[in-house]
Amino acid sequence: MKNIATITAKELKSYFISPVAYVITTVFLVITGYMFYSRISSFSLYCFKMMNYSKALETLNINYNVLRQSFSTMITTIMFMMPIMTMRIIAEEKKNKTMELLMTSPVTISEVVFGKFFALLILYAGMLLITIYMPLYASYYSKVDWGPIISGYVGMLLLGSVFLAIGIFASALTENQIVAALISFAFILIFVLIDWAANLADGQVAIVLKYLSLSSHSYNFFKGVIHSKDVVFYLSFVAFGLFMSFRVIESKRWTQ
Amino acid sequence: MIQVQNLTKKFGEIVAVNDLSFSVKKGEILGFLGPNGAGKTTTMRILTCYTPATSGTATIAGYDIFNDSFEIKRILGYLPETPPLYLELTAREYLLYVAKLKGVPIAKHRSALDNVIQKCGLEKVIDRVLNNLSKGYRQRVGIAQALINSPQILILDEPTSGLDPKQIIEIRELIKSLAGEHTVILSTHILPEVTQTCQKIIIINEGSIVAEDSYEELIAKTNKTNKTRVMIKTADDNIINKIKEINGVQNVVREFSAERNVIIVESEMDCDVREELARMIVNSRCGLLELKHEVMSLEDVFLHLITKEEGTVN
Repeated sequence: MKNIATITAKELKSYFISPVAYVITTVFLVITGYMFYSRISSFSLYCFKMMNYSKALETLNINYNVLRQSFSTMITTIMFMMPIMTMRIIAEEKKNKTMELLMTSPVTISEVVFGKFFALLILYAGMLLITIYMPLYASYYSKVDWGPIISGYVGMLLLGSVFLAIGIFASALTENQIVAALISFAFILIFVLIDWAANLADGQVAIVLKYLSLSSHSYNFFKGVIHSKDVVFYLSFVAFGLFMSFRVIESKRWTQ
Repeated sequence: MIQVQNLTKKFGEIVAVNDLSFSVKKGEILGFLGPNGAGKTTTMRILTCYTPATSGTATIAGYDIFNDSFEIKRILGYLPETPPLYLELTAREYLLYVAKLKGVPIAKHRSALDNVIQKCGLEKVIDRVLNNLSKGYRQRVGIAQALINSPQILILDEPTSGLDPKQIIEIRELIKSLAGEHTVILSTHILPEVTQTCQKIIIINEGSIVAEDSYEELIAKTNKTNKTRVMIKTADDNIINKIKEINGVQNVVREFSAERNVIIVESEMDCDVREELARMIVNSRCGLLELKHEVMSLEDVFLHLITKEEGTVN
């Protein structure tokens, strides 16, 4: 446990010494912030227009029309950013030969993997935490239902963890950071879009493909439902990704 | 302290380390010598539990490298070929991180840090970012890193590479001062380094041990003749023929030099011809300028052993 904390602290420090953390957070906040601004301003304009039609006004819902859309913008943004955030996490250790230090210190490979995962998770959670200004801002001018927002954030955190686990795995595969970023982006894209393939397949195959899709498991969270089925899916995906990273690092030791 | 038995490491078809066996006593400094690609680094990586061996075993302080690697890592300091530095950290942050990784108790962090700063001469650079340090200082931080947990066993892969001559001497002194309480294995292809620091030398070539002994004994074993280097004012064939007639002289070779006035006199091992040689040259009025007993250097031993090895293979 102490070793995990040591590695997590060091990784966070490395992220904040280099511009990576600042650039990623800034880009994330600018993109999501702009989308939120355009959504909420068009929504308020729409509300003005519908002022005289009370029936229509009842169907307008800030949770549905603004905040849920913001979550999907966030997903699209992190799909592109997570590979860049995670690409250095192990590849750099191999490139700089610091892996030799870690592997000859009394720490286990799983401690290394977990330490790095938690550092990334803290960084990502910090980014998510800043976006809480969106529902706060919305709630200042309107009535916001907080339930779906909390469950939405839980979903974002879980989905992001999956992306991080994929990124760590890709980074463990190579010592080239660009290659690592491309591999993790490819994996993320495949597992997000796999339910498109489900529409083309039929029978059992379609069910399996639909189940494997990262995006289809996120819908419930944004609706305000935390379903154990989705939580288990995401957590097992994370566990599998970290386990694969562990195996890759371990097997590489034999060929050094 | 360290027992290595029949250690073999293969990478696919390539045999990097072939059936290596040796032992190191507590407090000894062992020098690993060999040309590039001889298997020095691989052997060290196996001993540090970084990579497992294909077959064979080794025990360090009674712990098996495969089964008790955790215990070994605790009492081990390792400097790889490239010092494993996080270039974005300062030397202080980096060394503290390594101390935590190595499981040095927090109460001892300060004293451990002060100790390595003083030993490796890092006072000036301790708060500088590693990326801005020169190669020599990076190497020193690498050595400091290996020493931070005051390890019983220190494994150094080419510790003096990239250092300037003054630093090299300092580091050698440092390594020598570590012997006694620490057991040290160091690898190098710089030969004088081994003669100056190590009590025991292992010469390794193509994954196998070619020779294993102390420096003096290695020299004695490979030296077949006594060599005397003579510089005279006029070295003509006449005087060379005369030298050849001295009792005990086996061979006389002219050393290549601009003046062609240096000759090497080889004589039998247990026969000192220097006195007779000097008298003869002075008497024949050739002008004796210099006369010196030539000690075979480790370079000669090394080349001798390695070329001999290649000879038997072919």
